[in-house]
Amino acid sequence: MENPSYNTDIVRSFVTWSLVWGLVAVLVGVIVSFQMINPDLNFGPYLTFGRLRPIHTNAGIYGWGVGTIFATFLYMVQRLCKQPLWSDKLAKFQLWFFNATIIASAVTLLLGYTTSKEYHEMEWPIDIMVVILWVVFAVNIIMTIINRKEEQMYISLWYMMAALIGVAILYLVNAAAVPASLFKSYSAYAGTNDANVHWWFGHNAVAMALTAPPLAMFYYFLPKSTGVPIYSHRLSIIAFWSLIFMYLWTGAHHLLWTPVPDWVQTLAMAFSIMLIAPSWGSVINGYLSMNGQWHQMKENYLVKFLILGITFYGLQTLQGPMQSIRSFSAFIHYTDWVPAHIHMGTMGWVSMISYACIYYLVTRISGRDLYSVPLANLHFWLALVGQLLWTVPLWVAGVLQAGMWNAMNEDGSLTYTFMETMVEMYPFWWARGIAGVIFMIGVLIFIYNIYMTVRKKESAPSTATAEGRA
Amino acid sequence: MLEKKPVLFMLLATAAILVGTIITMAMPFLWVNTDADRIETVTPYTPIQQEGRDIYIREGCNNCHTQTVRPLVAEVLRYGDYSKSGEFVYDRPFLWGSRRTGPDLARLGGKYPDAWHYKHMESPRSMVPQTNMPDYPWLNDTALDPESIRNKMETLGFPYTEEQIKELNGKTEMDAMVAYLQKLGSDIPWRKVAETTIVGDLTNPFPGDASAIAAGKDVYSSNCAACHGDNLEGMIGPALTDMGMEDADLYQVIHSGIPDGGMPGFSNLGSTKLWQLVNFINAEK
Repeated sequence: MENPSYNTDIVRSFVTWSLVWGLVAVLVGVIVSFQMINPDLNFGPYLTFGRLRPIHTNAGIYGWGVGTIFATFLYMVQRLCKQPLWSDKLAKFQLWFFNATIIASAVTLLLGYTTSKEYHEMEWPIDIMVVILWVVFAVNIIMTIINRKEEQMYISLWYMMAALIGVAILYLVNAAAVPASLFKSYSAYAGTNDANVHWWFGHNAVAMALTAPPLAMFYYFLPKSTGVPIYSHRLSIIAFWSLIFMYLWTGAHHLLWTPVPDWVQTLAMAFSIMLIAPSWGSVINGYLSMNGQWHQMKENYLVKFLILGITFYGLQTLQGPMQSIRSFSAFIHYTDWVPAHIHMGTMGWVSMISYACIYYLVTRISGRDLYSVPLANLHFWLALVGQLLWTVPLWVAGVLQAGMWNAMNEDGSLTYTFMETMVEMYPFWWARGIAGVIFMIGVLIFIYNIYMTVRKKESAPSTATAEGRA
Repeated sequence: MLEKKPVLFMLLATAAILVGTIITMAMPFLWVNTDADRIETVTPYTPIQQEGRDIYIREGCNNCHTQTVRPLVAEVLRYGDYSKSGEFVYDRPFLWGSRRTGPDLARLGGKYPDAWHYKHMESPRSMVPQTNMPDYPWLNDTALDPESIRNKMETLGFPYTEEQIKELNGKTEMDAMVAYLQKLGSDIPWRKVAETTIVGDLTNPFPGDASAIAAGKDVYSSNCAACHGDNLEGMIGPALTDMGMEDADLYQVIHSGIPDGGMPGFSNLGSTKLWQLVNFINAEK
């Protein structure tokens, strides 16, 4: 039975807002994808690709991604610690401050207040808001853990604590800047140093915000959904420590062949390859946890999302190291290959896991059956097809453009001008735009399904044991 | 053991995170932007250049344009000399970017005359018909604010003169943007170093060949028409209708450009396309 003193209201509120920002992220993504096909869709000065693209990425990472992290962590920590939240008031403040921060980010980015650093574009006043937000969140989680009634800390709590520490260090160091005015600052680091610091942040933000938290969710919600425990606790522990140790060395694989010192690049390349092991430690642990349970892939929509999610994590963590090799990077870097890689991670891995968590949370907290399992299945297929139609054509496009950039004539001159290579991208960009629309339809169906589940007047008591079997 | 001690656990996790951080993020500060990679000729941005750079950041140009040339053959041929660490010592923040939806801009400075940039920023498609770059005409409408630019120079600690601040009066954001673009990558004399001379006699391989002339017309449309007009009537560059140049001399000019006259060199089109172009232009006179 649920402990009635657990705070579920706050979880429900964060779910709601992460859905809102998730929809905004996808909608803006679709808009910018069509701006790339037709420049007449840019309406300057505010609605241009250059200003909207950071809103797409930040709404995705901080609104949808972090919003879901807040919802799931606040839910998991109470149950794993057998202890209500340390402070309900702090959590309430966190909710409002979260939305204030996201709105302030969107507005200032539209106005052109930006540091230009990818995934860290917000100017210094908003950086301060983010820091306050994260400290409030971290204190609440850590104090709940310290006051816990369950002595053993489950692996999900490990990943949660690492994420809390990691994000704090990364964000604070990369945010260092000297303000010139209220909405303009200059980085504390210059040129090559700034680049190296930034991609140490950029790559590890992926580790600490978009890898560790979804793994925390996966390790908790997979056993909850299937009803059988995780295959190996020991494997998860080995994977955990090697993951958080190795990740921090790899940022410079975003900077191969640039003026960043060669040895930094070489270390980044080597550690990126080594990262395959801990990443696949979690993938294999997930797969082996399904021993004897594979039939649930048919019967349980939650398992579908979770297992496809961990599968794309596995593919992502093979493709990533491959791209980190100098010779391969020389070919595909700066092409559409890389955005496609990122979108396999965000649409295929993080979002799939988040969808499963939210379906689980909503049915569990409301104590109701999901409004429509067929609609959840439809959502699954739209998310999967949308993601594949996004990524696969752009991998092809990346290889095509890289090949054309490098093509040389017998006399040593270049075969193609830049524009001749760019116009070849248009058909692939159409595929991406359409894929985005398909993915967005999936999100709309998802939101509709969640809405119909919670709004039902007559609350029929749940017959399914909140495990998604309906 | 650790599974029961959250404080100890968090200390160890922090330590695990800090090892790679210190070695690969903090230690490079010992070499980068020191005497080890200093380049004497690299200078800070002037007030108008720095303001242009801030507008480049505000408009998010870095979302589509990179600013670092890698030491790879095709890349050096396409953009120019590869980027060196010491060239970026005044860049706060760095603007290397991550995706080339448009071309790299690290070596853009001095490639085209100012007039090219004004026209291209106002309406990119008037010069490159198939481009997906948005128009930025409104940059012409906003005047610069000299005092806020002075404040920025103070914050950055860059040298400036009262004269330079006074000159900002009456200038627009477009002027600042063009000033910045013309500075990019031009602090080292790479164009001079990269200059190539043609050795041996230049002989037109397809004199009067109709198919070469037709092919030359296509090369002209995509590479030359933006400056010299669709019908060679001249615009940013001079008219080419009555040049009276020998084939070999014309080839030389197109191949190497006229650095002081704002004409870029087109050597990387390759000799076949260059000769087709020569035949087209000289057939039009």
